[in-house]
Amino acid sequence: MGRSFDTIRFRAEACDACGQCVIACARAKTGTDDTSRARLQILGGGTEGAELALCRQCTDPQCAAVCPSASLAKDPDSGVVTWEAETCVDCLLCTVGCAYGGIASDPVAGHVAKCDLCDGAPECVAACDRGALEHVTASRLYNTQHEREDLFAPGLSACHGCNSELLIRHTMRHIGRETVVAAPPGCIPGMGVVGYNGQTGCKVPVFHPLLTNTAAMLAGLKTQYARAGRDVTMVALAGDGGTVDVGFQSLSGAAARNDPMLFICVDNEGYMNTGMQASGSTSYGSWTSTTPVGEHMQGKSGDAKSLPMLMMMHNGAYVATASTAFLEDYHEKLEKAYATAQHGFAYLHVYAPCPTGWRFPAALTTEVCRRQVETNFVTLWEYTRDGGLRFTRPVEGRRPIGDYVEMIGKYRHLDQTHLDVIQHQVDERVAFLRRFAAPAGG
Amino acid sequence: MPDTDYLIVGSSHAALEAVTAIRMHDHSGSVTLVTRDRHPPYSPTILPYVVSGRAKPERVPLRDSGWFAAQGATFVREDALVGLDPDAFTARLESGAMWRYGKLLLATGARPVVPDIAGLETVPRHVLRTLDDAVALREAIGAARRAVVLGAGLVGMHAAENLVTAGLDVTIVERGAHPLPLYFGATAAAMIGQAFAARGARLLCGRTVASAQGGGDGAVALALDDGETLATDLLVVAAGVVPETGYLAGTDIGLGAAGGILVDAHMRTTRPGIWAAGDVTEGPAFGGGVAVSGILPSAVDQGRIAGMDMAGDRVPPYDGAIPLNTYAAFGRHAVSVGDALAEGDDLDVHEDGDPETGRYRRLVLRDGRLVGATVIGEAIDGGILRQLILRRTDLTPVKDAFLAAPRDTARVLMSRLWR
Repeated sequence: MGRSFDTIRFRAEACDACGQCVIACARAKTGTDDTSRARLQILGGGTEGAELALCRQCTDPQCAAVCPSASLAKDPDSGVVTWEAETCVDCLLCTVGCAYGGIASDPVAGHVAKCDLCDGAPECVAACDRGALEHVTASRLYNTQHEREDLFAPGLSACHGCNSELLIRHTMRHIGRETVVAAPPGCIPGMGVVGYNGQTGCKVPVFHPLLTNTAAMLAGLKTQYARAGRDVTMVALAGDGGTVDVGFQSLSGAAARNDPMLFICVDNEGYMNTGMQASGSTSYGSWTSTTPVGEHMQGKSGDAKSLPMLMMMHNGAYVATASTAFLEDYHEKLEKAYATAQHGFAYLHVYAPCPTGWRFPAALTTEVCRRQVETNFVTLWEYTRDGGLRFTRPVEGRRPIGDYVEMIGKYRHLDQTHLDVIQHQVDERVAFLRRFAAPAGG
Repeated sequence: MPDTDYLIVGSSHAALEAVTAIRMHDHSGSVTLVTRDRHPPYSPTILPYVVSGRAKPERVPLRDSGWFAAQGATFVREDALVGLDPDAFTARLESGAMWRYGKLLLATGARPVVPDIAGLETVPRHVLRTLDDAVALREAIGAARRAVVLGAGLVGMHAAENLVTAGLDVTIVERGAHPLPLYFGATAAAMIGQAFAARGARLLCGRTVASAQGGGDGAVALALDDGETLATDLLVVAAGVVPETGYLAGTDIGLGAAGGILVDAHMRTTRPGIWAAGDVTEGPAFGGGVAVSGILPSAVDQGRIAGMDMAGDRVPPYDGAIPLNTYAAFGRHAVSVGDALAEGDDLDVHEDGDPETGRYRRLVLRDGRLVGATVIGEAIDGGILRQLILRRTDLTPVKDAFLAAPRDTARVLMSRLWR
């Protein structure tokens, strides 16, 4: 099957046309400061904003299709559209094929020149301190993931647009077979992970504990496997109900005892598979079937309980929050959590906006996840006993909370007063977390 | 009788793109390419560079045998298509082999025109359409002192440049008023002509050859219409090309006024089960009408569309061919996109040039939208101009900036369009 490849992302809104990337490119590729010879060009930069001319490393490159000397080709390993000096006849047909200004004549060199991603370490990106150029390497993650075994059956019946299937497949591909999975009542077993009619949807041992005893059962199983001399990882795939509310007592005990396990809470802010009742994790102002909108109530009147903070306060060996809009960040945390779970308690809190229960279009889930982070509604951080709390993806210039709330139907009834309350909660929560964050370099 | 689901005749850009497009959609159908050429696939566009020595014949193949294996396609060389029976879905080859096909793509390209000149058929002469032609011409240069090129089109001018560079005494005879009449206007052509004259080439425009006569040792004497006689050791005939359609004799497949196979916006010919693409076609032109496009980028587009349509893939109809040409003489590049020569009261034409520096620009707009451009001696992204033409992008808000700095302004527009 096809592979994914690295790419350079351009965020025009962050670019002030300072030109450092162009200079870096000219130096790297021509050994001079002649920016006209650089392989990327920044244009404009006035009130209308900056624009970019750069090779897109197309999957189906037109420059190569119209090349009469077969000097351009998509490299199957790196994904770079490569150019061969020896066979190029300098006919410039490639420049007529490309719609992006991504290949152009270098008049000094006397031939065309184009971006080659600097062998995987683009100098332009390194030179950009505005955050306008980003070397997106998520492709490496996907390529690795696809080489690994999917430990769930095809055809899990999650709702359209739900990110928890993506999450659990990524997670178990990474963790592998030497695992026992506990899936307490919630959406994850509901979508078929524990199976139907005596057949399991999971290719490793999976069981369906009570909402109340997930962590306790995993602790017991770990002990039993250890006695038998087997090194097996205990994983909980639980919803917020089974974590924040009903499952909290046994979870708190396991965290306090530092029982070895990886407990993953997939937080969709409520009991979504049983009719969208509110949970302790439901956010302020949310419509649910138990926090309705009417004459007397305007959705949930209290704030959500923050389980990740509670787990940090238990001095859990590894505690982190994650978002499926930032899968590289998630995988880094998963790796640490998995390593920790071999000997101690690891807790991952992953946010799962629910298109069905929150009422937003199924196609927008990842965008909703991203907006959660961009507004600081969700903060991405990790906690270790040695390192304390560390923000893994700090947000500069957070967007107003209204940018997030407006995407979601369960907040539709909110007015500015409510928004001000949520904004205050968000800012207060970030300020609170900052007090736990280790000072830079400390 | 050999049998194939897809039979593709030809082995250059259109044919190869079609194979790729078919395989994107149909992984299992049998695909067979048949070509009269004895070489692996190559581009006719590379041939002048083979003549000059810049491209080595062994390095010109566009695909190797590994590619055909990976595509699961059979490649039959040195066998030309000589006849078709569209009712029986069979194709007859020169070797006598009969192929039964499910779907047929005709991508047979074009062949050089031999002008109607008395005696021309009998004298030694060169053309430039195949790799063997190019190698033969390259070898002949060494033994020649004088050369005459008939026709100042892209092929003729490129060949002439090679001959001049090789040190030959070169005369170019063109019946039009100036060289490259299909691509450049008088001003731009004059600049190109000067570059040749400065290197000692003779450019005779508005002239034709009345007759040709062979001399000894391969020499040829040409009598021009004005009575002048040109003696030469080497004669290159580059009087244009015509679609290669001889195999259609006896069929009712529709041909256009210029002799190309008529195709619609999906590259279908007038007969079910038969498609055509590339230089052999006469099909939709961008902006309306029908034309023989005859350029490499059109062959790529048309081959892709034909392949998709043959395989049953969903394909948006062809935008129509748009002229796209690059030309370089003695290191100076010229790019011409769209209707660059257009004249008319409804057009907004901006032309400026400086013969001293060799810079020249002709930008043609209609209703604030770009319809064509010629740019010589300065950097331009022809591909972006092509997009602005195809998308009919309104340039009115940026017209002054565009006329002052077409490349940067076009890049900004395109960057916004794709973001």
